[in-house]
Amino acid sequence: MNNRLLNWFKFASPQSFFPLAGKMIPGFWALAVIFGVAGLYLGFFVAPTDAQQGEGYRIIFLHVPAAWMSMFIYLVMAFWAAIGLIYKTRLSGMMASALAPTGAMFTFLALWTGAFWGKPMWGAWWVWDARLTSELILFFLYIGFIALQAAIDDPRRADKAGAILALVGVVNIPIIYFSVKWWNTLHQGASVSLTKAPSMAQTMLLAMLLCALAFWMYSVAVALMRVRGIILERERNSEWVKQQVTMAAAGR
Amino acid sequence: MLEASNLECVRGERRLFAGVGFRLDAGELLSLQGANGSGKTSLLRMLCGLTAPAAGEIRWRGQATAKLGGEFRAELCYLGHHNAIKEELTPLENLLTSARLAGEPLAEDNALDALETVGLAGREDLACRYLSQGQKRRVALARLVHERRALWILDEPYVALDVAAVDMVAGLIGAHLQRGGLAVLTTHQPVAVAAGSIRELRLGS
Amino acid sequence: MLALLKTVVARDLRLAMRRQADIVSALFFFIIVVSLFPLGVGPEADLLRRLAPGVLWVAALLATMLSLPRLFADDFRDGTLEQLALGPQPLAVAVFGKTLAHWLSSGLPLTLLSPLIGAQFDLPADAVWMLVLALLIGTPALSAIGAIGAALTLGLRGGGVLLSLLVLPLYIPVLIFGAGAVDATAGGLGAQAHLSVLGALSLAGLFFAPWATAAALRVALE
Repeated sequence: MNNRLLNWFKFASPQSFFPLAGKMIPGFWALAVIFGVAGLYLGFFVAPTDAQQGEGYRIIFLHVPAAWMSMFIYLVMAFWAAIGLIYKTRLSGMMASALAPTGAMFTFLALWTGAFWGKPMWGAWWVWDARLTSELILFFLYIGFIALQAAIDDPRRADKAGAILALVGVVNIPIIYFSVKWWNTLHQGASVSLTKAPSMAQTMLLAMLLCALAFWMYSVAVALMRVRGIILERERNSEWVKQQVTMAAAGR
Repeated sequence: MLEASNLECVRGERRLFAGVGFRLDAGELLSLQGANGSGKTSLLRMLCGLTAPAAGEIRWRGQATAKLGGEFRAELCYLGHHNAIKEELTPLENLLTSARLAGEPLAEDNALDALETVGLAGREDLACRYLSQGQKRRVALARLVHERRALWILDEPYVALDVAAVDMVAGLIGAHLQRGGLAVLTTHQPVAVAAGSIRELRLGS
Repeated sequence: MLALLKTVVARDLRLAMRRQADIVSALFFFIIVVSLFPLGVGPEADLLRRLAPGVLWVAALLATMLSLPRLFADDFRDGTLEQLALGPQPLAVAVFGKTLAHWLSSGLPLTLLSPLIGAQFDLPADAVWMLVLALLIGTPALSAIGAIGAALTLGLRGGGVLLSLLVLPLYIPVLIFGAGAVDATAGGLGAQAHLSVLGALSLAGLFFAPWATAAALRVALE
C-alpha cells in the first residue's frame, strides 16, 4: 500500500510527469481520431433518418457528447482540486487549470449545437429549457473559475483558490440543476426533451457513445498538452527545464 | 521551547531564504536582522502559521506547530505590520475588542490602565481616526501590557514610535522575558532589553 | 466559541452603525433598481404584478452583492483578519459571526423595506407577506454564499466584478425558490414547499459556507 502510494507520488512531481505526459499525448490523439471518425461515420451515414425530426437531429451526435463531457470535466476538475488541497501536490492544481478551458469549450459547444438543433425543432434559437439553462449556468461556473485564476498572480494561491471554488461549485451543481428543473416544470407546459427522442435506435446510441469517447480522448490529450505548457512556465527557472529546452533546441 | 529547522521561504519565483534554523528557550529573545526584502516578515508569518514553509519544520514544546493548531495559537501573541485597529472605534473599544477576539477578555480597568501605560490617557474615547501614526501604534502595543501568553512575535514594534515610547515597549518586552516568556522581533533599531538573553539571526547574508 | 461569536457580531454591527451611509446606500440601490423596471417595461399593473417577485429578488441579490466586497476587505487591510486567523478558535467561527452581522446589516433591512416595494408593484397583501417571509428565510443564504466569493477575491484587482461573476450563479437556487414562493402565493397556491427549500438552503449555507470561506481566507492571507 505504502509502496504504491510512493509510486503515485513520484509521478505527481512535475519533473517526472512532464516526459510521461509527452509520451502519452500521441496515443490519446490517435484514439480521439479513431473514435471520432467511427462515431461520425455511424452518426451521419449509418444511423437512420428520424421519422419526426428528419436529418437535422444528427447534430445530437455532437450535442449530447459535448454536454456529457462538459459535466464530466467539471467533476474531474473538482477531483483534482480536492486531491491538491488534501495532499498538497502541485500537479493537481495544474491539472485543474489545464482542464477548465476544455470544459468551458465543451459547454459552449453544447449550447451552440443546442441552439442549432433548437431552431428547426422549436422554431427558436434559445428556449429556457431546464437542460439548456443548467448548461448555461455551468458555463458561467467555468468562466468564473478561469477568471478567478487569471486574476491571481501567485500560481500557488491561484491553484488553491481555484480548488476551493471548484469544490464549492461541484457541491452546488446538483442543487442548481434540481432548482432549475423545478422552476422549469412550474413555468412551462410542454417542452421537448433531448433525451426523450422516441425509441433511440441501437446505432444512434453507439454513435453517440463513440463520439463521447472521442471527445474524452481529445480532452485528455489537450489537457496533457496544456499541463506541459503550465509546467514549463512555472518551473522555467529550474535546472531540468533549462536542460529540456537546450535539448529540444539541439534536437532541432 | 520554540525550534525552527531548515526553513525555506519562496515568494513568487524568488527564494527569500533557505536553511534557516534556530532554537529559543524561556526568557530568550530572538532579534531578526536583515535588509528590506530579506524575508523577515515572511519568517515571522511562517512562525505564526499564517504561511506554510516551502521546506522545514517549526516545533513548539517539541511538537510541530502545524499539528498543534489552536493549542499553539492559544499561546501566541502576534503583532503584525498592520495595527489591527479600527479607525471608527476608540482606543478603549479597540483594545477591549482585540483582547476578546484573542480569547483573553480584558477588564475595563485593566484596559484603561494599559492605555495609560502606553501614554494614551485622556484619549481613550476619541475615535482612532483622529490619532497620529505613532499613537495608533501605541493602541496596538497596549495589548502587550497585560499580555501573559508565552510567545510574542512582533513585527517592527518600534516603528513610528518616539524615544520614550521605544523605552516603554522595551520595558514591556523585558518584563515578559523575566516572566519566562519568549519573544521574536524584527527591528532596525538596537534592542535595549534589560532582562533575558538576546540572540540574533541575520537573514540574507 | 459562543463568546467569540458574540464579540465578532457585536463588533461588526457597531462598525456598521458607525458607517450607516453604507447600509442606506445599499437600500437606495435596491429601491432604484426596482423602480427602473416599470420605467423599462411600462406601467401596466397586470404585467408589473407578474414581474414583481422576480424583479424584487433580483434586486435583492444585486444589493447584497454591493456590500460583499467590504465584508473582509477592511479587516484584511488593517490586519484584523490576521488576528482572527491566529485566534485559538477555528476561523470559521469568526466567519460565521461576520456572516450573521452582514445579514443583519444588509439582508434584514432589505427584508423590512420590501413591503413598501411590494405595494409599489400592487402585490396582493398575502403575496407581500410571503415576500417578507421568503426574504427573511432566504437572504441569510445570500450572505453565507457571498462570503465565499468575498474571501476568494480578497485583495485582487477588479475584485468586485469578479465577485459577482463567482457568486451570482450560485445564488440561482435561492432566486428560484424565493421568487417562486411569492409567485405561488400570488397565484393562490401554497408556498410551503418553497419556504422549506429556502430554509434548507439557508441552514446548509450558514453551516457549510463558513468552512469554505475560512479556507479561502487562509489562502488569501498567505
